[in-house]
Amino acid sequence: MSPKPGHGVRAGLVLAMSDIFEGLKAAFWLLVSLDRDLVEITLRSLQVTLSALVIASAIGLPFGTWLAIRRFRHRRTAIAVMNALMGLPPVVVGLIVYMLFSRSGPFGVLGLLFTPAAMIVAQVIIITPLIASIAHQSMRELWADYHDLLISLNTSRWQRIRTLLWDGRRALLTASLAGFGRAIGEVGAIMIVGGNIDHATRVLTTAIALETGKGDFALALGLGFVLIGLAIVVNLAIHRLSGTEREGRW
Amino acid sequence: MVETILPLVLNGAVVKRRGKRLIGPIDAEISRAGFTIVMGPNGSGKTTLLRLMHGLERLAEGAAVWQGTQIDVQKRQAYVFQNPIMLRRSVKENLAYPLLLRGAPKSTAAQTARDWAARIHLENALEQDATMLSGGEKQKLALARALIQKPDVLFLDEPCSNLDGRATREIEELLLETSRAGTRIVMATHDMGQARRLATEVMFMLHGNLHEFAPAEHFFTQPGTVQARAFLKGDIIE
Repeated sequence: MSPKPGHGVRAGLVLAMSDIFEGLKAAFWLLVSLDRDLVEITLRSLQVTLSALVIASAIGLPFGTWLAIRRFRHRRTAIAVMNALMGLPPVVVGLIVYMLFSRSGPFGVLGLLFTPAAMIVAQVIIITPLIASIAHQSMRELWADYHDLLISLNTSRWQRIRTLLWDGRRALLTASLAGFGRAIGEVGAIMIVGGNIDHATRVLTTAIALETGKGDFALALGLGFVLIGLAIVVNLAIHRLSGTEREGRW
Repeated sequence: MVETILPLVLNGAVVKRRGKRLIGPIDAEISRAGFTIVMGPNGSGKTTLLRLMHGLERLAEGAAVWQGTQIDVQKRQAYVFQNPIMLRRSVKENLAYPLLLRGAPKSTAAQTARDWAARIHLENALEQDATMLSGGEKQKLALARALIQKPDVLFLDEPCSNLDGRATREIEELLLETSRAGTRIVMATHDMGQARRLATEVMFMLHGNLHEFAPAEHFFTQPGTVQARAFLKGDIIE
């Protein structure tokens, strides 16, 4: 007797729901038991991502703002290149950083390959264009609003940049958070330059990849839920600390 | 440092955009004292003339000559825009901003900002987001932010165009007080009544040219050109 139409789809759905449920259960137990490995790789994920975020924001936010107010010959080309770099394939970035830091590469002497430092460098390269580009978009609009006033007040270029950075800080926070989102979920580049070494360079995303490879979908999903939870908690914490949405306008 | 950056002398001043002449050539002298009103129909070049004098427009031809050094000239004039530009900050921070730019200590800037907020009746809104003020309040704040710099010359581009009678009166009182205190005012307006109330001299712009520049009394009683007469009568001039 042939199975009824849709039977296979329904069975697959039940299996997937069961895997997701098992994943949730695994995530719950990992959190409740404060699994030592989980804590270690979570802290490393945060350390790598937040370090990369601070460095990338320190470069990307002023650069995006500067690009919004400065007029120069190849400005449009610079903006187009910056926007294009938002789509940098992480694996390619990982490969380039790997070559730069490998023993025969120009920075091989530093001995940073397969360390969190190399992972931070790769993430900085990936997220800086994203942060700069979003910052540029927001600052361009703010600059259009402020242009005449700041020129009239005879401000220096640095005073303009500082004013825009301060008054546009909420939009810039969004740019940074977009960078955080991209960095915390990144796997390709840090797998290559970090090597996913246990107790050294393993982070949540590379651990998920490893568990998936081993066929332990429940644990992989559990780690995935922890990762999503972590991203939400960090976003909420940053919003709370910065006072965003505190002063309602409506 | 010179006593005042005035007079301002315009010699054949022309402003162009993308090769097209917007205003000029204009020859005029803004003397040390008085209240100049710039009048004219829409698109006659009033705003461009104010922006040119303030340095927001680049000269294509001719010259605009102030007294004193470039730094004096830039620091001792202020501009109030038709649509007031509010920094996304509190009322107090908006007022203190120009002072902080010039290196005033924070406490002095904050105290001066509080004093000015009281003068424009915004003392209870010091910590309020300036972008959330009403149109009249924004315009008063923009005016106070300009005056806090103690400029020799104040340029205003139709500051009362969207305001009701009460807000207009408050602004006019502040402007007259400022003028009496020695600040030279050059203001564009469409409002004939306001021009009659405030002007000591009138610049009448038409098609990008300074059509007439005369003492207010003379301009309103004996305009020198057919177009000015028609404008004062309220006729449509093209």
